[in-house]
Amino acid sequence: MELTAEERQWLDGGGGPALKRAMEIVVALGTIYGAQNLIPVESVQISGVSYRNIGDAGLRFLRQWADEGAQVRVPTTLNPTAMDMARWEEQGFSADFADKQRQVVDAFAQMGVGEGTPLPTCTPYLIGNRPAQGTHVAWAESSAVVFANSVLGARTNREGGPGAIAAALTGRTGAYGLHRAENRLATLCVEVRAGLDTISDYSALGAIVGCQAGQAVSYLVGLPLDAADPLLEEKLKALGAAMAATGAVGLFHVAEVTPEARAGPMLAPTYEKLVIDDVVPGYASLSDDVESIDLVWIGCPHASLREIALVAEALRDRMVQVPLWVTCARPVRAIAVEQGLVSLIEAAGGRVFTDACMGIAPLRDLGFGTVATPSAKGAFYLRNLAHVAARFAPLEACIATAVAGDR
Amino acid sequence: MSSSESTTFIGRLIKMGVVEGEALVSAEPIGFLGGVDGSTGVVTERGHPLEGQCVAGKVLVFPSGKGSTVGSYVLYQLATAGLAPAAIVNAESEPIVAVGAIISDIPMVDRVPVGAIHTGDHVRIEGDRVTVWGKRSGCISSEG
Repeated sequence: MELTAEERQWLDGGGGPALKRAMEIVVALGTIYGAQNLIPVESVQISGVSYRNIGDAGLRFLRQWADEGAQVRVPTTLNPTAMDMARWEEQGFSADFADKQRQVVDAFAQMGVGEGTPLPTCTPYLIGNRPAQGTHVAWAESSAVVFANSVLGARTNREGGPGAIAAALTGRTGAYGLHRAENRLATLCVEVRAGLDTISDYSALGAIVGCQAGQAVSYLVGLPLDAADPLLEEKLKALGAAMAATGAVGLFHVAEVTPEARAGPMLAPTYEKLVIDDVVPGYASLSDDVESIDLVWIGCPHASLREIALVAEALRDRMVQVPLWVTCARPVRAIAVEQGLVSLIEAAGGRVFTDACMGIAPLRDLGFGTVATPSAKGAFYLRNLAHVAARFAPLEACIATAVAGDR
Repeated sequence: MSSSESTTFIGRLIKMGVVEGEALVSAEPIGFLGGVDGSTGVVTERGHPLEGQCVAGKVLVFPSGKGSTVGSYVLYQLATAGLAPAAIVNAESEPIVAVGAIISDIPMVDRVPVGAIHTGDHVRIEGDRVTVWGKRSGCISSEG
């Protein structure tokens, strides 16, 4: 791999041990993926933040790296934690867990993530990390990656854990994969004939397409979407997140809607075709047969202001019998508070928590064994990572479940 | 130590290092998260060819890694406990093991024909060079 003089100097240790390790990681990853050289990135999204996931070994590694003087070189945002960083006790977390989770975030803060005050979220594009079309970034978190590539037209691969940190410390990543134009053409053309109404319907569609697509780039036609749809971004966010969870999708295009597709069809010279007539199987594939629900979780990926407004409106003059938690980024909650949306949700017995992702939380330790969610990605990780039973259903059904107490 | 012939492979350098040790070879990929106990170094994946064996101090040879990116931290945990493999040799590296080797300072080479190395062989890793001394007659003594 060709390195600049500066990159070579860093790799040889001239920039200190923290930077040397970061360069080793970036170079190794680039080598594995066949990159000829490294490219600068404008921002980074880091994953591997939940203490439940990375454990004491991960925490120890992060602290060592931070103590060696690791400092990010580009604007860097952080993935969700397992808990609300301020209101974890209300969620049922123990003080011991909270202390460890705090130490993880502190290590990143020490590295300069979030200008020293990280705001953990899987929706960095809602809180100012919103790269322009064509810009190169190094993001981890599969739903953020697919959003950056597909909805914003930026360019990133699916970075992971330490690799993303290394990209932040060096400001570099390998020039491979989705950074290259030829890799952004679709090899799967998906014709959607199914009726699509709610945000969840797009999530269910994504669950089906993701399974079929694997790592392939898809080009979707037939979606009833246009720029005037007030929930356009929410629907695309849900669609992509589901694809990235059930498959390994990093990029999709929607004919005439997403930025790269607006210039013309983004199809590779040869491609496969898939026709989808119905999204109901998408719901069924991610639902367990459960008799009662312990928790309703909304906000996977983290809720936007419009999604919080939908929840508030659906809960108006109703009371929930089952915990109902909305998760979102801290700044989004602050706006929701100003708009009176959080009071509406809390008046109904619901809660709006920040920073956290319940899919990477120790849900059973918190007393939850069955969770309803309007997110296919949420249902996928509830079952496969949090190891609880899940029900994937549209928002209105989830709310009705919470209100009825679901017997 | 056997004085039989040795074979040297030139692979692709993932993590620089010089080390010698006894090979522990798997024909199946290894997923460190859930597949190897980070506190003992024992392979725990049900049905894995190396199930029950300890990777500590071995030149661990396998086709590739698999599974969660958190697996990188399992390798780091082994290293901090002094239970890490002495080196890692892969047929085709993937990011989890590569990053794990780098952050744990475990020498690592890939693009080596792992089928040519057998458990018990003496192996020397030097940068991208992997030298293998096969056991004499290819037989492992079954005495005692």
